[in-house]
Amino acid sequence: MTVGEWLEWAKADAVTRDRPDLIAPLEGLAQATERLRAADWNDDPDKATPVDPDDAEAK
Amino acid sequence: MTIAEIAPRLAKGAVKSEKLTEECLSQIEALNPKLNAFITVTAGAALAEARTADQEIAGGRYRGPLHGIPLSLKDLIDLKGVRTSAGSLVRADHVAGRDAVVTARLRAAGAVFVGKTNLHEFAFGTTTEDSGFGLARNPVDPSRSPGGSSGGSAIAIATGMSLGTVGTDTGGSIRIPAAACGVVGLKPEWGEISASGVVPLSRQLDHVGPLAACVADAWLQYNAMAPAARQTATMPAAAPLKGLRFGVPAGYLFDRLDADVERVVAATIATLRTAGATVTEVAIPHATDMAAVYLHLVLADAAEYHGRTLLARPQEYTPNVRLRLEMARYVLAEDYVRALRGKAVIAHEIERALHGVDALVLPSLAIPAPPLGAATMPVKGGPEAVRTLMLRCTQPFNLSGHPAISLPCGTAHGGLPIGLQLAGHKGGTAALVGAALAVERAIADAG
Repeated sequence: MTVGEWLEWAKADAVTRDRPDLIAPLEGLAQATERLRAADWNDDPDKATPVDPDDAEAK
Repeated sequence: MTIAEIAPRLAKGAVKSEKLTEECLSQIEALNPKLNAFITVTAGAALAEARTADQEIAGGRYRGPLHGIPLSLKDLIDLKGVRTSAGSLVRADHVAGRDAVVTARLRAAGAVFVGKTNLHEFAFGTTTEDSGFGLARNPVDPSRSPGGSSGGSAIAIATGMSLGTVGTDTGGSIRIPAAACGVVGLKPEWGEISASGVVPLSRQLDHVGPLAACVADAWLQYNAMAPAARQTATMPAAAPLKGLRFGVPAGYLFDRLDADVERVVAATIATLRTAGATVTEVAIPHATDMAAVYLHLVLADAAEYHGRTLLARPQEYTPNVRLRLEMARYVLAEDYVRALRGKAVIAHEIERALHGVDALVLPSLAIPAPPLGAATMPVKGGPEAVRTLMLRCTQPFNLSGHPAISLPCGTAHGGLPIGLQLAGHKGGTAALVGAALAVERAIADAG
């Protein structure tokens, strides 16, 4: 689920539950989630194999 | 008068705990109607405890520097037989069946408990405006917030309602109100001080620690709250400033500051340099991601704790906290795990930033105490949300778990206090306090 898809689902759910006041906070959360997903610590299975930063032998 | 000054006089019988306790209770009676720092005042029990302390001391059974000292507890810390409201009507009827571990340790040290202080409901906010027991006001300017979530605790110290107090800090909730009210706040290393018997916000980010009138008083409380095997009889010596090495985490943590905060903190750092300290710039490469990491962790952890009660008794939460908790329930598991990874990355980066320095030095709070009701505040680069600004400089050390302390370093327009933050090494809370004692003295000498 992309952040955009999640946001649309969450907003629709908020409206269904008669909580339209949740929409603005959810939009703020979506911005933070976009940032989180874009961070360069996220690994992808089609990229380099992850290395444990706590593993001294791996450095 | 500070605890460090009064304790030797109490030990000699030159001052009586009952008198000190009466003075604190008088301050509460005079100021609490206006500032709303206390949710519960335990006057009768406090006076009884004080009289017992006086008898013990007179009988040669002096327990140490907290014996007979009037303290308060943030009202999410259990005090046996007294309501633990967590600032929420959800817990209006909850009476603690036993002391929290920190309460028991302070009680064993001879402390006198004058009451339970107001807070942002369930510690889920930075202004102490959203409390089921009414908002709290800054003692310097009552039209402004005292900071939070341990707002009532900071007010209590700033006004002499108690001589020491215990707060909690999940994203800055000890250091933020300490800075906003002009007192000292110590967030120990994560896990150093027990959180058993303390209402959680996010167990992986929650820290229990003292607020106090000075660094020495913060140490005395911290030491008494530590496990017996780690308590020491001696205060850390103030480290000589000449030779102390400070790292300035330039960039994100200095980017969005109020002009007065920027000026006063820069002047304080210059004072340290003049006094012989070494000051170098250090980097925290993922500092810009800290707010997003923090948000996902604290929201999901809060959602886990509050989920069932939020469904059963939603109307008993304050509207803003209820809204945030309901939003929290939308965080996806995969994003929570990404945030956990980010937390580890940031902890590594702060550890690296501390390599070769004794402490990091930065503002505690990017802005002076905000006006009650303010949604945004002007800072360098344009207006920014109050909540974001208030957490900006403190949350890194909740994510990393490093010990950090806020101490007053000057004032902004209108006399509003400004806080300087020092963050130290893991396993080095005593060394951090030693550095803070030196910095506190240098600030006093410069002022």
